[in-house]
Amino acid sequence: MSAGVWRPPKLIVNPWARYGLLFLVVVYLVCSLTPGLLPMVSLNIDWTRAGQGLPRAADMFARMFPPDFSRWELLYKGVRESVQMALAASVFGMLLSIPLGLIAARNLVPLPVYLVGRALLGISRTFHEVIIAIFFVKIFGFGPLAGVLTLVVASMSFIGKMLAEDIENMPPGQLEAIKATGASFPKMLLYAVQPQMLPRYLGVSIYRLDANIRHSTVVGIVGAGGVGQVLAASFSRYDYDFSLAILLTIVALVFVGEFFSNWVREKLR
Amino acid sequence: MTREEHARKYPEVWKRFTPRETLVRYAWFIGIIFVAAWSLKRLEIPWFYFLDAHEQAADLVTRMVPPYWEFFADITGPLIETIHIATLGTAITVFVALPIAFISARNTTPNAATWLIGRFILVTSRSVNTVVWGLIFVAIFGPGPMAGIWSIAARSIGFVGKLIAESIEEIDRGTTEAIEATGASRLQVLLIGVIPQVLPVIYGTIVYRWDINIRESTVLGFVGAGGIGIMLYSSINQFAWHEVSVMLIAVFGIVLISELVSATVRKRIT
Amino acid sequence: MLSITDLVKVYPSGEQALGGVNLQIDQPQVVAVIGSSGAGKSTLIRCINRLVEPTSGRVTLNETDVTALSRRALRRARRRMGMIFQEYNLVERLTVMENVLSGRLGYVSFWQAYRRKYPPQDISRAFELLKRVGLDGYHNTRADALSGGQRQRVGIARALMQQPDLLLVDEPTASLDPKTARQIMRLLCELAHEQGTPAVVNIHDVNLAQGFADRIVGLAGGVIAFDGAADELTPAVLSDIYGEEDWSKTIQNPVADRSGGKDRGTLERESAAG
Repeated sequence: MSAGVWRPPKLIVNPWARYGLLFLVVVYLVCSLTPGLLPMVSLNIDWTRAGQGLPRAADMFARMFPPDFSRWELLYKGVRESVQMALAASVFGMLLSIPLGLIAARNLVPLPVYLVGRALLGISRTFHEVIIAIFFVKIFGFGPLAGVLTLVVASMSFIGKMLAEDIENMPPGQLEAIKATGASFPKMLLYAVQPQMLPRYLGVSIYRLDANIRHSTVVGIVGAGGVGQVLAASFSRYDYDFSLAILLTIVALVFVGEFFSNWVREKLR
Repeated sequence: MTREEHARKYPEVWKRFTPRETLVRYAWFIGIIFVAAWSLKRLEIPWFYFLDAHEQAADLVTRMVPPYWEFFADITGPLIETIHIATLGTAITVFVALPIAFISARNTTPNAATWLIGRFILVTSRSVNTVVWGLIFVAIFGPGPMAGIWSIAARSIGFVGKLIAESIEEIDRGTTEAIEATGASRLQVLLIGVIPQVLPVIYGTIVYRWDINIRESTVLGFVGAGGIGIMLYSSINQFAWHEVSVMLIAVFGIVLISELVSATVRKRIT
Repeated sequence: MLSITDLVKVYPSGEQALGGVNLQIDQPQVVAVIGSSGAGKSTLIRCINRLVEPTSGRVTLNETDVTALSRRALRRARRRMGMIFQEYNLVERLTVMENVLSGRLGYVSFWQAYRRKYPPQDISRAFELLKRVGLDGYHNTRADALSGGQRQRVGIARALMQQPDLLLVDEPTASLDPKTARQIMRLLCELAHEQGTPAVVNIHDVNLAQGFADRIVGLAGGVIAFDGAADELTPAVLSDIYGEEDWSKTIQNPVADRSGGKDRGTLERESAAG
């Protein structure tokens, strides 16, 4: 570098790599956004249709206002169902996450059991709730049961993963000390693992309750009950003023849920 | 020392909890059980569905195996589209979330009104699920990947913005004060004092969200917003389970790969 | 009492921690095991209660061959061996009393353990031990609120709660300041003698070992390099255990320092403060 000239250091030091990356980004944008440029790779975007988006959005917003709360009974029923789904799913998810978390902790169980636990966690976390929901709808039919089961699976794997990681991060000495008193495995869980894990476990569970309220709105869209089902129906009937009422209720509900979960977690600390 | 003497000297009773604490504990237990029972009862779940659930599930598995591997050629396009939706949606997020994050952080927001607006946008964005955003954008742009891209962006803004705003609030006050002391303008303070400090968080959050978005974009098709979800939904509705299993394997694959990519990139950044 | 024969431990990494250790303890005495880091001290005591599975050799405690026991019988045998750790290893979110009572876990049912319903004689013994280690009145304090010295006292009480036939002590003072270290070491040795329990104490500090133990065993490279009374320790012996160095300043005048064990009165006062 010549004297007297100073430039701030760049994130990517090699200029070739830096400009190469920029070039690639441009190429990517052009290839993906130009319809029919490359078969398979280019997105099939109808730009003329998309161009109408703004006026359409304006039209939609015009029809959304004022939000229509006149069918509040339907709305209330949906919200209640969502909250009940979230509550039930959280409680059962909490319970089921304990065995799952224990078998997925390497310092508690032998390798084959651990691998089974990790595989279960991996599979249930990879698939989106909606995919799981649609399977439960196929097995149990439309309605809240499918929704509850979906949320149970999601909660179980979420809390279970946290639990497993927390147990693995435990100082090994405490387990060793309880083992050295001649305690059996269940008693070791009771005296070394449970007291150390409990606060975090409760914290994560409460967080999950809040997340379940959020997710309960979406599983309804594939027919698994709750306020989401009401929302999807209102959209398909172009009842946009009712849709906005539902959306506002969901935002308020999520807000209250988040507030509650923060409050409880603050108290647990 | 006999037992009696010993007992006189040292207490033989010790309770972990006072009666009040015990009562509160039991009250919590009963409360939770009550809530769960109430929820299940009001949901009016038809429990008899469980009677043949295992048969239904077994039936499903037998229909899904063996997967119809030739179908893989048909889903390559939608799979690429899924990745595009996640990537482009995340790209839009970067540009929108940054300014919102700055006005949502207490120490960089111009005034109380902008702070409130910023917070409101973040909360709204996060409260509405990606798929629900999908419903809205399909109504605006019509079915297709365009709606998907905007749904992903709409949901991610809240997520990315909130995390970045939080990290801005945690930055070292001293550095920004020192730059303010040189007489720099607000924008200069932002560029020189704030952004370099939160840059790793920005990159990390965006890559992390991209990986979540891959997962989310696999289901956007259920409401018509593009990606593999469209075919998955129609195959499920046509009970073409051997096609469904191929798509599930493919989804599993791309989600796994994106998680790996995101974890590696984040490890290298921070 | 305790007899160790040809004990060998090779870790899966191929590292040999113990290369045939023979050790007999026939009377209730405090045996300090000294040696440099990596000499196998920790492995040795963990092989005695099989927290580390020995590769070969025998460990016999009061006619029981510990190395041949099934899992269930091993748990039974572990009840008779109290263990004390360098990092105290208390369950931090439990109270002092729960930590002490966890020494009785092998004797109560799961349900009793869950409800913290221990037999009355266990409770009163726990109170007695807490008083003895100088933690009178601390029973409802949570373990993470205690200082290092206090935690180690709880650790000692927990081990003694087991009414052990043998105490296994792993670097009890390495995480403590010098004064607290002396107090803990003194308490430990006194209690071992009071209860007539032999103790195997791994210890880094040659001074402390010499000042408090009845017998000293030197480990070097996984084999015993010295076994004798505390005052038999000479610079030459230390060179055998640790390697060449000027050891003359490290060796204490045994007569002058032994008085440390006698001042019980100061112990009570110090422990209340510590």
